[in-house]
Amino acid sequence: MASERDDRRFGMRTRALHAGTPPDPATGARAQPVYLTSSFVFDSTEHAAELFALRTYGNIYSRIGNPTVAAFEEKVASLEGALGGVATASGLAAQLTAILALAQNGDHLVASASLYGGTVTQFSVTLKRMGIDVTFVPPNDFAATRAVIRENTRLIYTETIGNPLGIVADLRAYAELAHEHGLPLMVDNTFASPILCRPIEFGADIVVQSATKFLGGHGTAIGGIIVEAGTFPWGAGKHPLLSTPSPGYHDMNFAETFGEFAYLMRVRTEVLRDIGGSLSPMNAFLFIQGIETLPLRMPAHVANAQAVAEYLVARDEVAWVNYAGLPSDPSYALAQTYLPGGAGSVFTFGLRGGYAAGRTFIESLELWSHLANVGDAKSLVIHPASTTHQQLTEADMRAGGISPEMVRLSVGLEDLDDLLWDLDRALTAAAAAGTVRT
Amino acid sequence: MILTTVAERRALLDRSLTVAMVGASPNPTRPSYFVFSYLRTKGMLRVSPINPMTAEIDGLKSYASLADYAAENGPPDIVDVFRKPADAPAVSREAIAAGARAIWFQYGVINDEAIRLADEAGLDVVVDRCIKVESARFDGGLAIGGLNSGLITARRRGTR
Repeated sequence: MASERDDRRFGMRTRALHAGTPPDPATGARAQPVYLTSSFVFDSTEHAAELFALRTYGNIYSRIGNPTVAAFEEKVASLEGALGGVATASGLAAQLTAILALAQNGDHLVASASLYGGTVTQFSVTLKRMGIDVTFVPPNDFAATRAVIRENTRLIYTETIGNPLGIVADLRAYAELAHEHGLPLMVDNTFASPILCRPIEFGADIVVQSATKFLGGHGTAIGGIIVEAGTFPWGAGKHPLLSTPSPGYHDMNFAETFGEFAYLMRVRTEVLRDIGGSLSPMNAFLFIQGIETLPLRMPAHVANAQAVAEYLVARDEVAWVNYAGLPSDPSYALAQTYLPGGAGSVFTFGLRGGYAAGRTFIESLELWSHLANVGDAKSLVIHPASTTHQQLTEADMRAGGISPEMVRLSVGLEDLDDLLWDLDRALTAAAAAGTVRT
Repeated sequence: MILTTVAERRALLDRSLTVAMVGASPNPTRPSYFVFSYLRTKGMLRVSPINPMTAEIDGLKSYASLADYAAENGPPDIVDVFRKPADAPAVSREAIAAGARAIWFQYGVINDEAIRLADEAGLDVVVDRCIKVESARFDGGLAIGGLNSGLITARRRGTR
């Protein structure tokens, strides 16, 4: 019976394979077809008018929506336990698009201070130029966070697992604080993926992520996605962009017209439409292929990461390891609550030899790829101080906890013995370099 | 019976043909017009406006009351309610008198008395949901918009 099927709560593996990608209604194709078309014909002038007025659902133009992209959006929304999703050209486009649906010139946001360097730059430079002010607060410091909330604050922002320090956000506490002030909690879930953490289950309202990382897993495409829980009271008055007449849509009131869908509708039909950071259908197809194996890949990533972290802790050349999967880590207890399946596979460690040892270490690796990405099936390595975080001032870098000797690993799916073999060689070389230097 | 699951709402829409929309507005910026226009152009459900302030909407005759509608068309399968919550009990009484099989209270139309009256009279009751959204969940409209339809199936749509 249809009714039995609809009410069943399917598991994550089943949803990763099937959600959003039923057989193609037009052709019966079992794999998700790639709809590489810019535009879609209208049935009639009346149909076109209904579509443009948002009175009916349908495809118009692939900047606003596309069937292949929609399949990816629904798949991620299902995995995150969300009402729906909107895909974007990159993870940074996802953040900007998600924020501009709620905030405009004169508004204010509160964010954790321990974020991806690209996010910090987007917030402190680009958003600031647009007249949106962001206050950064030490992660999980709720007294400080409460103290900086203003009348014009529109949202609170954090990462599930902060990049690159690996600080795990106390999501329930963030959500309670945000809701107490009539604000939504926006969470970047890139480092956990919906397999390790579903922030909506802990009270988050909006979840953004870079699909480029674990969702895809293959490192072939750039993309991002916004999903939303659909439970936040958008019409309550704290978000005039949703609860007052929109000049972009004949003075329509999104909250009144679309109810629980108000936020997602505004993200797509105004912000994505006007900013244009849309995902290519080809990239959506690649992400769909990746997600099919996400529930199998994440436990393998975590197992390798845990073993590599424990290996590094035992090495004399290593000064410290930040991995929330280690019982000695300050985030260990939070990871037990929010990441019971493992604390991800991206973490940092410091070499005793400082900057020079860090450089020699990276240059001595044979198997780990030196590049600026994480979440690939292949193991990756980078030196944040000279790359991802170099746009920050030294003070901001220090404030974000980035030190010159820090190396970031993204542990992939290779054979563990091979990864450890390569680390051993590079650590030995780095120690020699440190000795020569001193 | 108060319908709370996706499956129950789907079954209600599948077995229904006529919708009497109380509070349908001819103003194109009003939510009720969005829903009216969607149902009318989709054509799966036969929708009629119930609004004494207007003679017709987009060429469809508007009835002054549910009683007037029922006198001409028989009992509606669903009475869809776009009214202030305080007006909802009166709509429930009119729906019961008109022989409606179900009453659907749109987003924000939440009134315990109205729900209880309809439930006790044997009507199927949907509360704080949008009939357009629920229709779209099953006809593929939500999926086109990247929304989570909640449907997991290896069957091609329309072949069930």
